[in-house]
Amino acid sequence: MKGSKILLESLLKENVDTIFGYPGGSVIPIFDEFYNTNKIKFLLTRHEQGAAHAADGYARVTQKVGVCIVTSGPGATNTITGIANAKLDSIPIVVISGQVPSGNLGTDAFQETDMVGLTRSISKHNYLIKEVENIPKIIKEAFYIAKNGRPGPVTVDIPVDLMMQEVKNVKYPTKVELPGFKPNIKGNPKQVDKLVNAISEAKKPLLYIGGGVIISKAEKELVELIKKTNIPTVSTMMGLGSLPYDSENYLGMPGMHGVVSANYAIAECDLLIAVGVRFDDRITGPRDTFAKNSVVAHIDIDPAEIGKNIFADIPIVGDAKSVLKELNEKVKNRKKDDWNKKTEKWKNENPLKYDQKNSKKILPQFVINKVNEFVTDDTIIATDVGQHQMWSAQFYHHQKPNRYLTSGGLGTMGYGLPAAMGASFGFPKKQVILFSGDGSIQMNIQELATLALNNINVKIIILNNSFLGMVRQWQDLFWNKNYSATCLRRNSECKAQCKGPENDDDCPNLYIPDFVKVAEANGVKGLRTDKVEEVEKILKEGLEYDGPVLMEFLVEKEENVYPMVPAGKMNNQILLGD
Amino acid sequence: MKEKHTIILTVMNRVGILARISGLLAQRGFNIESVIGALTEDPDVYKITLVLYESERAIEQVTKQLNKLIDTIKVIDISHKNNYIIREYIIIKVKVNQNTRSDVIELIDVFKAKPLDISQTHIITELSGNVRKVDRFIDLMKPYGVSNYVRSGEFAMTEFNNENK
Ligand SMILES: Cc1ncc(C[n+]2csc(CCOP(=O)(O)OP(=O)(O)O)c2C)c(N)n1
Repeated sequence: MKGSKILLESLLKENVDTIFGYPGGSVIPIFDEFYNTNKIKFLLTRHEQGAAHAADGYARVTQKVGVCIVTSGPGATNTITGIANAKLDSIPIVVISGQVPSGNLGTDAFQETDMVGLTRSISKHNYLIKEVENIPKIIKEAFYIAKNGRPGPVTVDIPVDLMMQEVKNVKYPTKVELPGFKPNIKGNPKQVDKLVNAISEAKKPLLYIGGGVIISKAEKELVELIKKTNIPTVSTMMGLGSLPYDSENYLGMPGMHGVVSANYAIAECDLLIAVGVRFDDRITGPRDTFAKNSVVAHIDIDPAEIGKNIFADIPIVGDAKSVLKELNEKVKNRKKDDWNKKTEKWKNENPLKYDQKNSKKILPQFVINKVNEFVTDDTIIATDVGQHQMWSAQFYHHQKPNRYLTSGGLGTMGYGLPAAMGASFGFPKKQVILFSGDGSIQMNIQELATLALNNINVKIIILNNSFLGMVRQWQDLFWNKNYSATCLRRNSECKAQCKGPENDDDCPNLYIPDFVKVAEANGVKGLRTDKVEEVEKILKEGLEYDGPVLMEFLVEKEENVYPMVPAGKMNNQILLGD
Repeated sequence: MKEKHTIILTVMNRVGILARISGLLAQRGFNIESVIGALTEDPDVYKITLVLYESERAIEQVTKQLNKLIDTIKVIDISHKNNYIIREYIIIKVKVNQNTRSDVIELIDVFKAKPLDISQTHIITELSGNVRKVDRFIDLMKPYGVSNYVRSGEFAMTEFNNENK
C-alpha cells in the first residue's frame, strides 16, 4: 500500500470525516488520495490560517479533533497562528504538513521550513515522520495526545517521498504506548475531602469556573454543585455557556472587562474554588493582589497549571467532571446566606449598561442585545478580537457549552470568520453568527468566497466603528487620546496628529472598504445600516435569509467597553464609564 | 533566592528531545549550567542530568513543564536529597616546567587523578569525583597555569535501598 493511502486509512481509523486544508507540491499525493474517496468531506479554504482556525472552530463545537492538511514551507508557516491559538485555548487539532523529500531535509530545499522546530513551543506535541511504516502509529498517537488530558494542537510533518513509498504489510496499532503521557483523571480523594471541609467552614465561598468545565463536559455536575451549595459563581470567557447566563447564583464574567459583582466577589471571598481555569492575567490583575483574603482550591487536569500563577492551598489534579462528581457526593448542602445576598446586591446594583435612548448613532451593545431576540439556545456564536468580542461576552445570552467560539488566550484577530466557517461546516443545520470588527474581519476576509461557494451558512455581523477599537480605547483612556495607528480610515489627506473624528470637522472619513460590495463580489449577501431604527429589520432580514450574509452596522465610533479594570490595577479598582 | 539545582530527567529516546528541553528552559530565560545525557540500559530510554541556578519557585514550575513534555517519563530535582551518588568527570591541561612538574604530579597522585599525556611544557590529566573534588583540583592547578579543561557536568545515580530509581 502507498504511504498516502496508509495516511488516509489511518485518518479514517480515527473517525475523521472532515478535513480543512490547502494543497501544494508536497501534499499532492495526499490530495490525490482524497480524489478517490467519498468518506472525507474536504473544505478548501482560501488561506492556510483559515484552514487551521476552521479546524479549531470545528473542534470546539463538535468536540472532535479538528484536522487540517497543508503543504510545506509557506503553507506550513501560514498555520502557525492557528496552532498557537489552539494551544492557548486547549483545542484539539491535528495539523498535517507536507515536507520536502527526506533526502533534501536540511538543505534549504525549495519550500523547506523546519516545521518541528517552528511549532515546538506552540504545539502540545509534534512529529516528523521518517519512515513510512510509522505513519499509522504516529497518526494514532497524534490524535490520542490532541484530545486526552489537557487538549491541544499536534503537528505531523511528512516528507513527500514517504507518500509514494509502498509498504507490504501495514499494521495499524489498536492502542498507544506513551509511558510519559498518563493524564490523571480522578482527583486525590483526600484533597477532595479537604475541599469539602473548606466549603463547610467558608463564610464567603466562590466558584470560579473556566474552559476546563466545557472540555470535560462537566456542566451537569457544575449545575448540581451550585444547586446543592448555592455557592456564587463566576465564569471566565472560555467558560461562558457552561451555565445558562440567567442561572441562579451566577454573577457573570470577572476580569478586565468583567462585571462589577464578579470582581468584587473575587476580592472579598474567603474560599475560591477554581475549576478548569488558569488564572490568566486578564482575570487576576497583579497576582499578589488577587483574591487576597481567600483560601484557593484549584482543580485542573494539568499539574503544571497548579501554582503557576496563583498559589493553591488545596491543589486537586484531575478531570473537572470526575472531581466535581466526587465533590457532589461528599459536599454538604448549603443554604443561601448573607454572602449570597451581598453578591446579589452587587449584581443588581451594577448591571451592564448602555444608553441607546440618548444616542442617535447605533451602539454596538444594542446590536448584540437585539441579536438575543433572534437566536435559540443552540445558536453558535463566533467572535473576532477587540471591543466587539468583549461586548458579545457581556451582552450575548450564553446558554449552552460549546456554543461560544472566541480566541481567549492568544487574542487572534482574524480568528472569527474561519472559526465560524469550520463550526458551520461541522454542523450545517445550526445557526452560526459571527460578531466581528472592521479591523478583524479584514484579517481573513478571503474566506467569504469559501462561504459562498460551499453555501456555508454563516451570518456575519460587522460592528464598524472605523477604528481598531480596543486599542483606541486604551489610547483614549491612558494615552492622552493620541490616536496613533488605530484609525482604519486614516488616509493621505489626514493631519499628522488626530484625536478623533468628533473633534475634527475636516475629518475626510473615507468609507473604505465597502464591506457590502466586498460581500457581494464574493457571492455573499450584503446588508448595511447606520440607523438605529433599522437594526431590527436588518437583523431579521439577514438572520432569516437562507445562506451566508454579511450585515454591517455603522456604529458609534468612540464607544468604550465598561466596566474596565485597567492593566496593572486591582480587581476592585474598576472604571465604569459615565 | 537562586541556588543550584541538579535535575535528573528520564525521557524517551526520541529525535529532538534535547531541543524540547532546552527550548523550554530558553523560553523562560534559564541558563543551563551543565547538561549531560546518554542512553540507559533500556535503549528506548535516555537519561539527562541538568544543573540550573534558579529560585525554588522557578525550578518547581520548570520541572512541572518538563514533566508535561510527552516524551518525559520522570523528572526529579535531587538537590535536597542525599541518597544520590553524584559524579563529574574532567580532562585538564596544565602548564609545567622543570621546577613545577614534580609538584603537579604529586597533586595528581594525591587526587588519584590519571595523567593521560605528558610533554616538556604540559600535562594532560583526567579526574572523576564529586563536584567539590573537581573544583578543588582545578583551584590547586591554577597557580601552575591551566591552559584549558573540559568538564562533563554532573551526573547521578541513586544509592541502594532507594525506590526512586
Ligand atoms: C493579529 C492581531 N494583531 C493585533 C492585535 C491587537 N489588537 C487587539 S484588539 C485590536 C483592535 C481590533 O479592532 P476591530 O477588529 O475593528 O474590533 P473593535 O475593537 O473595533 O471592536 C487590535 C489591533 C491582535 N489582537 N491580533
